[in-house]
Amino acid sequence: MENAFGQPQSVVVLAGTSDIARAITKRLCAARAHTVVLAGRNQQLLDEARSEALAYGARQVDVVIFDARDPSNAERTVNESFEKVRGTVDLVVIAVGLLGDQEHIENDAALVGDMVTVNFTWPVAALAQIRNLLVRQGSGRIVVLSSVAAVRVRRAKYLYGGAKAGLDRLCIGLADSLEGTGVSLQLVRPGHVRSKMTVGAKEPPFATGVDDVADDVLRGLAERTPIIWSPPILRYLFFVLRHLPAPLWRKVTNEVDR
Amino acid sequence: MSRVTLSGWGRTSRSVATVEDVSSESEIAAVLSSSRANIARGLGRSYGDAAQLSGGTVLRSRMGDVGSIDDQGVVTVGAGASLDELLTVCIPQGWFLPVTPGTRQVTVGGAIAADVHGKNHHVDGSFSRHVREMRIVTPSGVATISPERDGELFWATMGGMGLTGIVTTVTLALLKIETDQVLVDTQRFSNLDEVMSEMTGGDENFRYSVAWVDCMTRGANLGRAVLTRGEHARANDVENVSLHAPAPAKLKVPFDAPNGLLNAVTVRAFNEAWFRSSPRMQLAKPESIASFFHPLDGIRDWNRLYGRRGFVQYQFCVPESSSETVRVAIEHLSSSRVASFLAVLKRFGPSSPGPLSFPMPGWTLALDLPIGPASLPGLLDDLDEMVWSSGGRVYLAKDARLSPEKMRAMYPRLDDFLEIKNRVDPEHVMTSDLARRLDLVGA
Repeated sequence: MENAFGQPQSVVVLAGTSDIARAITKRLCAARAHTVVLAGRNQQLLDEARSEALAYGARQVDVVIFDARDPSNAERTVNESFEKVRGTVDLVVIAVGLLGDQEHIENDAALVGDMVTVNFTWPVAALAQIRNLLVRQGSGRIVVLSSVAAVRVRRAKYLYGGAKAGLDRLCIGLADSLEGTGVSLQLVRPGHVRSKMTVGAKEPPFATGVDDVADDVLRGLAERTPIIWSPPILRYLFFVLRHLPAPLWRKVTNEVDR
Repeated sequence: MSRVTLSGWGRTSRSVATVEDVSSESEIAAVLSSSRANIARGLGRSYGDAAQLSGGTVLRSRMGDVGSIDDQGVVTVGAGASLDELLTVCIPQGWFLPVTPGTRQVTVGGAIAADVHGKNHHVDGSFSRHVREMRIVTPSGVATISPERDGELFWATMGGMGLTGIVTTVTLALLKIETDQVLVDTQRFSNLDEVMSEMTGGDENFRYSVAWVDCMTRGANLGRAVLTRGEHARANDVENVSLHAPAPAKLKVPFDAPNGLLNAVTVRAFNEAWFRSSPRMQLAKPESIASFFHPLDGIRDWNRLYGRRGFVQYQFCVPESSSETVRVAIEHLSSSRVASFLAVLKRFGPSSPGPLSFPMPGWTLALDLPIGPASLPGLLDDLDEMVWSSGGRVYLAKDARLSPEKMRAMYPRLDDFLEIKNRVDPEHVMTSDLARRLDLVGA
């Protein structure tokens, strides 16, 4: 069971090999998490993440392999992960996502389809089953990694931002639907995060590191913040950016993405 | 039967359970045999997750009849009765609870599950010492238990957090009183060492004693405190002899305060005002039972002052030989800038035989801490380490964040408890969110 600070004892991490997911998992294990299931695509990376979780204090860490380009496996992946916990699941982290290289894929219908599947369709399919299982359980939390790119979609990342925007808005409705079930959903909207997903990319202002995002997530769990911004100042910055007139918005983003 | 979101008084972890109101032993037995996970809930005053059960069945007892009090002060009550209801009947007849916690709004069953203590623990022990006998429905049947009849189960149930079964009726020995007044001595101390040395030397002369400590001052004023000690007033101590039960609260917190209303700045200001308004020294001032024993019952729903995020209470005890731990804990808190309301400091007398009963001879300190500061979880983990290494422990009725490893280390008789639980609950159907968190379900 989670404690008063929202520190879980059992965690399922979907895309447990992403840098942000690993930073979150480490902190959860250092706090109270003793049972962890890491789901991901790459066995070798999963093994690395598994050793890391054990080193940080987990007692039992299992891995599940899945490919987020195929939503038909979402239900099975969730079921398998929950079964491996063998008991109450306190927290599910959904870190599934693909930034992609928009310039090279935007003309390829199949690759564009994959982008939307990984960032939107697969997570939504997984959420449907997670919702079923947690509501039956009567407790549990879901943390979904969104992005500030979803708050106002910009030219240079419209595929990623657009798909995340779908997920982000859907999750807000889903969170409302969970009222009174004992289950809650929290969104995380990080800014530009320095990680293997963004290596080589130009850094916009208010860039942050994976450890900072993880700290903000742990704090958000304790405070039950519905939307966790990281760094927190982005909440106010994006309140302004969201309402910029389109020509001005294009100018600002062109400057950032050039 | 309905699905309800439940949390403890600290309003932190919440979960949804099926709530069943039960009014007879056979109804309780029927629930225990059909539902795979069960716990009793009284008035929900335990601070953490002790009386909630995600996805399971939470039983609320409607068995709250207060029987007649015999000339020795022995009474049989339904475990669903609140201490408030019991006092309403017994004070006018000249009887008082032998042990009362800081609120009347707990049930008799809850008082047993937590083996509650009051300001008189150093003299009268905990609640369990005054229980003659009780009826309990366990998953393996109904039993009448007492220290003499299945003493093992009796003591495991005292402080057993409801995990041995559902207590239905309790026979209790009350305390004779002549008036509804308490004669209170109040004394102010400018630091912790002074108040602790006064308590060590002087508490044995008083039935009731408690100190309120300011955990936000530092240096020479570290742990400044107001000590209140009292005795029940005799008939010839007061002008007008009266025996009135406490009146219900007139004030109420009508909505959740904003998160962070109680922060380091406001709490510091409150503590300052409170310290300055307390008398330096006042002797034998008559006070009502309600204001002396249950000051917080004057405001209903006071936990809403902590906002939606809620708060945790941290209460630990350490043996006499580790009194230094109290000082170090307060130093730790005052230097960490974590807001903590007036802490309650008390001396404990001998332990009860219950394997999970909290009190041990020495000191106990209780702190109310709002959720918010990022350093708080780690700070309390550090305190756990310190308390455990001093031979002390944390009170489960207040707990919402202990780890199973520390729980096991702090309660060395946990295996004795689990053995008895396994005997009466071989299928492990008695459980709670707290039991799951701390591995107390049994295996």
